[in-house]
Amino acid sequence: MGYMTQISRDTVLRLAALSNLQLAEDEIDGLTEDLGRILAYVEQLDELDTKEVEPAYQVTGLQNIYRQDVVDEGDVTREDLLALAPSVKDSQVKVPKVI
Amino acid sequence: MKTIATYLGRPARENVEQAIEAARASESYHALLHLTAERAYERAELVDSGKVTGRLAGVPFIVKDNYLAFDGPTTAASHILENFVAPLQATVVERLEAEGAICIGKANLDSFAHGSSTENSAFGPTKNAIDPTKVAGGSSGGSAVAVALDIVPFALGSDTGGSIRQPASFNGVYGFKPTYGMTSRYGVVAMASSTDVMGCFANTAEDAELVTEIMAGQDTKDPTTLPDFFKPVSDVSPLKIGVISDFMTKDTDAGVRDRVNEYVERLKANGHTVENVELPLAKYTLAMYYIIVPAEVASNLARYDGVRYGNRSEEAQTIEELYGLSRDKGFVAESKRRIMIGNYVLSSGYFDAYYLKAQQARQKLIEQFDDLFSRYDVLVSPVTPTTAFGFGENTDDPMKMYLSDAMTVGVSLAGIPALSVPAGMSDGLPVGVQLIGQRKSDATLLALARSMEATS
Repeated sequence: MGYMTQISRDTVLRLAALSNLQLAEDEIDGLTEDLGRILAYVEQLDELDTKEVEPAYQVTGLQNIYRQDVVDEGDVTREDLLALAPSVKDSQVKVPKVI
Repeated sequence: MKTIATYLGRPARENVEQAIEAARASESYHALLHLTAERAYERAELVDSGKVTGRLAGVPFIVKDNYLAFDGPTTAASHILENFVAPLQATVVERLEAEGAICIGKANLDSFAHGSSTENSAFGPTKNAIDPTKVAGGSSGGSAVAVALDIVPFALGSDTGGSIRQPASFNGVYGFKPTYGMTSRYGVVAMASSTDVMGCFANTAEDAELVTEIMAGQDTKDPTTLPDFFKPVSDVSPLKIGVISDFMTKDTDAGVRDRVNEYVERLKANGHTVENVELPLAKYTLAMYYIIVPAEVASNLARYDGVRYGNRSEEAQTIEELYGLSRDKGFVAESKRRIMIGNYVLSSGYFDAYYLKAQQARQKLIEQFDDLFSRYDVLVSPVTPTTAFGFGENTDDPMKMYLSDAMTVGVSLAGIPALSVPAGMSDGLPVGVQLIGQRKSDATLLALARSMEATS
């Protein structure tokens, strides 16, 4: 194959931070190995000539689906949504101190 | 084998009782995560009293547990959504209920539909319906097994890269992935929004066609749905069919190739013209898929942060810990891999080399399919290179697991429809043939399968 992408432990930690994942210590080595293998595999695409090919960001050909700018009730109420939150106070979602 | 017709014209309450009894008797397979018995009996009463009528009046079904549906949680087989109770129902579930169908439970899946065996479910794997020592396939493994075990005559799954077709093949049932945009994605936990498609499992092509007809159609709640086009066709005239030779090499088990070749002979005997064709980009489709889909997974799963819904880490003291710990505990290993690969290929400095490159390759793939469909009506290939594998066989290396989707992901990237058709057994395990069509040719695929069923 010849693909030898190495992912360092630091890269994995940087990706975990980008991904908002606070990994446990025993997850890091396995992920380092797995991500390296996956990236090595997908780098096969380097063999393809894609110069000046328009990227396929979608497959339907649909464009700008508009609707009238009117408020509709939707399927859920404010109360329905608040009921899903792990912690609520005074009709607001409560989280630890942010600033 | 039970079909929709088995249940029509009978008291809905009895149908529901029977399905729930069958589900309980098959608990050892772990096809279901939970029953929705309370709502099922309520719906049965509406049908039996004549308040709800329709083409599926009183027919029980099961949905994959990434479909939002009432009565009990919608977990996506994940810890983070373990206690999530949906405040609304998926559009396709609403459409089926409006025709009298009754959801009796939620099926197991690989967590967030990330996987090909149902071994990634946070709540334990599902066993294969034919050989319980083998995996169910995935990610819609529970739905496929529920139909194969005759718990219900049809079930819903979602297919992002093969998650309906592969478990259908592993359990010997029909599994249909429609054209992207034909069925609404509204109310289904998003995985990769550019390839997620909602479809069904059934024991006959005719049943798959009826369920698909009811599911299909534009939905204002999902702006990527196409204007209505699906309409069943009664007959298929002789078709030009191409067998994708890139998927019929010795990398595919001989037993699988034998069953596909027999199916091809039957297609010829039924008057269709069959030739071998090449899809030169076939061998690159998995590489495209494992860039594009993780990128979309990383974006779609960013919403699970323990703040507005889902489980929140009890240990978190700061907002950073709340995000980081809730997500680390809430996702299985495979989801973490995909999120991190996605953020890698999208990050500055790597975007062009990975994500842009993959989307350009995808465009070339679409052009290769378009070219083939300018000459052929239908393409044929195996669904998977092997029959159902054993538990743990592919879990040590994620790439080994991904390879079981090598023949299904290209179809997903191109947004075209494909049907997994049962085609006999190899060493005691089911084999599936994949019938692939051009965008919006869904009705032709189902009619072809129906006509082949009639002559088998």
